[in-house]
Amino acid sequence: MNRDNDRAKLFSRRAAMLAGGKLALLSTLVGRMYYLQVVEAERYHMMAEDNRISLRLLPPPRGRIVDRNDVAMAVNHQNYRVLVVAEQTSNLDATLDALSKIVPISESERARIFRDVRRRRRFVPVTVRENLSWEDVARIEVNAPDLPGVQIDVGLSRFYPLHELGAHILGYVAAVSEQDLTGDPLLELPGFRIGKAGVERIYDLPLRGKGGTSQVEVNAVGRVIRELARDEGQPGSELRLTLDLDLQAYAAQRLGEESASVVVMDIHNGDILVMASTPSFDPNAFNRGLTTQEWKALISNPKAPLTNKSITGQYAPGSTYKMIVTMAAMEAGVITPEQTIYCPGHMSLGNARFHCWKHGGHGAMNMKDALKHSCDVWFYEVGRRLGPDRIAEMAKRFGLGEHTGIDLPTERPGVIPTRAWKRGALGQAWYPGETLVNSIGQGFVLTTPLQLCVMTARIANGGHAVVPHVARDMLVDGQLVPRPAKEAPPIGVSRQALLQAQRGMNAVTNEAGGTAYRARIGIEGMEMAGKTGTAQVRRITMREREGGVRRNEDLPWNQRDHALFVGYAPVSAPRWAIAVVVEHGGGGSAVAAPIARDIMLELQRRERMRNQPIAAVPEQQADASSLRHDHVHDGQCCGGSAPEESA
Amino acid sequence: MNNFSPQRVRFNPHRMTLREKFWQMNWMLIGLITICASVGFIMLYSAANGSIDPWAQRQMVRFGIGFAMMVTVALVDIRIWMRYAYSFYIVAMVLLVAVEVVGSVGMGAQRWIDLGIVQLQPSEVMKISLILALARYFHGATIQEVGRPLFLLPPLVMVFAPAVLVLKQPDLGTALMLIAGGGAIFFLAGVRMWKFGLVLAAAIGSVPIAWQFLRQYQKNRVLIFLNPEADPLGTGYHITQSKIALGSGGLFGKGFLQGTQSHLNFLPEKQTDFIFTMLAEETGMVGGLFLLGIYVLILAYGYAIALRSRSQFGRLVALGVTVTFFLYVFINIAMVMGLIPVVGVPLPLISYGGTAMLTLMIGFGLMMSVYIHRDVVIGRRGSSEEG
Repeated sequence: MNRDNDRAKLFSRRAAMLAGGKLALLSTLVGRMYYLQVVEAERYHMMAEDNRISLRLLPPPRGRIVDRNDVAMAVNHQNYRVLVVAEQTSNLDATLDALSKIVPISESERARIFRDVRRRRRFVPVTVRENLSWEDVARIEVNAPDLPGVQIDVGLSRFYPLHELGAHILGYVAAVSEQDLTGDPLLELPGFRIGKAGVERIYDLPLRGKGGTSQVEVNAVGRVIRELARDEGQPGSELRLTLDLDLQAYAAQRLGEESASVVVMDIHNGDILVMASTPSFDPNAFNRGLTTQEWKALISNPKAPLTNKSITGQYAPGSTYKMIVTMAAMEAGVITPEQTIYCPGHMSLGNARFHCWKHGGHGAMNMKDALKHSCDVWFYEVGRRLGPDRIAEMAKRFGLGEHTGIDLPTERPGVIPTRAWKRGALGQAWYPGETLVNSIGQGFVLTTPLQLCVMTARIANGGHAVVPHVARDMLVDGQLVPRPAKEAPPIGVSRQALLQAQRGMNAVTNEAGGTAYRARIGIEGMEMAGKTGTAQVRRITMREREGGVRRNEDLPWNQRDHALFVGYAPVSAPRWAIAVVVEHGGGGSAVAAPIARDIMLELQRRERMRNQPIAAVPEQQADASSLRHDHVHDGQCCGGSAPEESA
Repeated sequence: MNNFSPQRVRFNPHRMTLREKFWQMNWMLIGLITICASVGFIMLYSAANGSIDPWAQRQMVRFGIGFAMMVTVALVDIRIWMRYAYSFYIVAMVLLVAVEVVGSVGMGAQRWIDLGIVQLQPSEVMKISLILALARYFHGATIQEVGRPLFLLPPLVMVFAPAVLVLKQPDLGTALMLIAGGGAIFFLAGVRMWKFGLVLAAAIGSVPIAWQFLRQYQKNRVLIFLNPEADPLGTGYHITQSKIALGSGGLFGKGFLQGTQSHLNFLPEKQTDFIFTMLAEETGMVGGLFLLGIYVLILAYGYAIALRSRSQFGRLVALGVTVTFFLYVFINIAMVMGLIPVVGVPLPLISYGGTAMLTLMIGFGLMMSVYIHRDVVIGRRGSSEEG
């Protein structure tokens, strides 16, 4: 009895202690609950929302690129892809076997698919093949019952419907590389493409547009349960170029197999109508992804198909440089238009003898005839009087030796040598002989075809600093803004000097005996003025052309002269300038001038067709009082007749 | 020994009819248990995204079976339970050894014996058997005996032998529950406090040694518990996601069926070990406190029953069951709140699963048997002492 009472008392005491312990423990639970669910509730609420809400980026469709006449150059194609969802097929191997009867799947592709499937969650579709033809899509759809887990998906991919045509200006899009990442999450989307060259690169931001977002609720393994909100974003802007693709096609076809460049621009507003560089490449290959063989073929081609020779190729201008020397001479007053210099076929300086291209010599040459016949001795002498620095000063005003500011990447500045330049670049003094060579556009001087075209445009437009561009609009803070239609500022060259250059160029093509007389446009109102040039390629290293071409010294083609021609038309009221460079093409008058003539003729024909669609008439245009320089070439009169000097 | 007051002896407590026993059953306790299980059904319905399939329905069936067993156990005379206490314990030990031999592998641990229709989990049987065996051992012990260290050796073996076997399975949670539950009975039987201090000190001293015997995943769980942010996507994922779910539930919860963490599967094992998290996410702290309140009431009934029992065996069994029940509640909730490492202990009466449910229902049955037979005086050997 007592014993049990004692035990019961002890039990009760102990039970009370145990209950106290339990209550203490339960209190910690309540305290913890309070801490988690009240004190920290806000933080955990955010974390739960982070868990369940996932922001998916919606890639915006890239803006189209069209030429000045709305011809599409870059569009977005529907890209049909076949995908496979691992969890929807019981046997992935069998499904792929069945699928490979429709679209071939190589062993390496199959390995890649299995790798992707292993890496991702079972419900994430894995791409089997892209760029399916419509027939393949149809066959897969028809066989769908035998292809569990196989889906067809439509995405957008960049497509250049004209392939090679205009490829250098367009550039291309390609996958984003590590150094392209700017923090824009769009760039991290798998399969996203950005502009890597040409206007695709320069105008990448407006073309790209703004990515949309889709707020989706996801479960723990990332499967989308439902969409909560959606922001469509902003599709990329359409980019309109100043190119005339019809003419570009004509020019490219006219250049044929040559490694050559043609630039045609509007001399007043700087619109580039044609910028052809041959041979070209298919930009679609870059979007698709080049194979090693394709890449090697492009890189090892001596004609450098990837290089836009119009802005990246640097060539000695040869005789096309002579207008610069002429105008420098006028401005410096080292000679008058009427004074003549006698050409015996060579000029001696110290021990060296410098030859004129014409063996027997030209005899007495005045300024206009010197240009017309491209007399080297006349320019040696004038150049000697001027020295290199005054020539260079004039060359700069015409945009040589520096970037033109065109809206394309990889433009090179060329070289306009001065005494100071040579000291700086080569650490050597200027030799007198180099002055002579420099005066005929040889030696150190290097120009791009675009620079030559800009130079010609500035001669033809009366000395205005026109700047070339290929896009109609310009880029301001990542947006496309219309270019202000204001006249380019004057470059500060006198009318007299410009007139002499214009007269000389007119004589080259429109006077019998001119170096390009055979390549004249004999249609009234369409006449072209111009200047031929032939640049010697004496050593292989003289070829300063940028690009992947490696020397192939055995090829005689490599040793030949570059053929050049610059010109503008119509002489009576100039509107367009052209520059043609044919690498190793031979003589400027024989090769380059006819190309320029054909293109300028074609351009003016089209223009006339456009203005008068019903009757293509050559009759009703500028009257006879327009240029007849053959009447004034004796040098008597200059002031009265200068209609080619555009106001 | 017969000194019952006349008021309390309305009938002879040693010879009650079934009908009398039935009316003696503690209906309030039964009500609380049913409310608790119903909360479980509702949460399992939610866990299945608003469907009684696959969990809620089966759980109801189990509860029904468990309920029947509880009533049966309650009506069986307490003296019978005492008489067979050691037999149950031996059977449970044999089963525990058997699981080592023919146990089927489930959830990475050998815990079950497949009996064809049901999977028997001997460690659960042991939880009840150990309470019965210890209660019987201490029932006849005087305070003087309890004070003798040698006298304490057999019950110590009775606790640690199954605990070691369970730990080998490996099931850390159940092993801890066996030791803690056994320790509570030692404590209630009157073992001196300093002896617990000694054992505790020895336990702490042996932690570095015990660490060697833990499996890698158990070590990870402890390490992750100490620093859950170290591995948010790996082992720490469970704790972190559980805390997020709890915390984001706030005071009033996200609403029934609206728990984003649970329904989007960020919460692992939401129908079993982490069901309290789901409840707290959907019904908030208010819901959590409600459930805790019911648990506290059930615990309080356990105490009431224990204190009213006239036999030491009854007292020890009733509080032994209560302690086991409390350990389930505390370990599970502390685990999902990140207070202790993740150990696989279900939330009693709520978590989906049959064995724990049956263990608890049998335990409650024993508790009620103690209540019904509270005035039965039991002799040292288990026979009634009527004089």
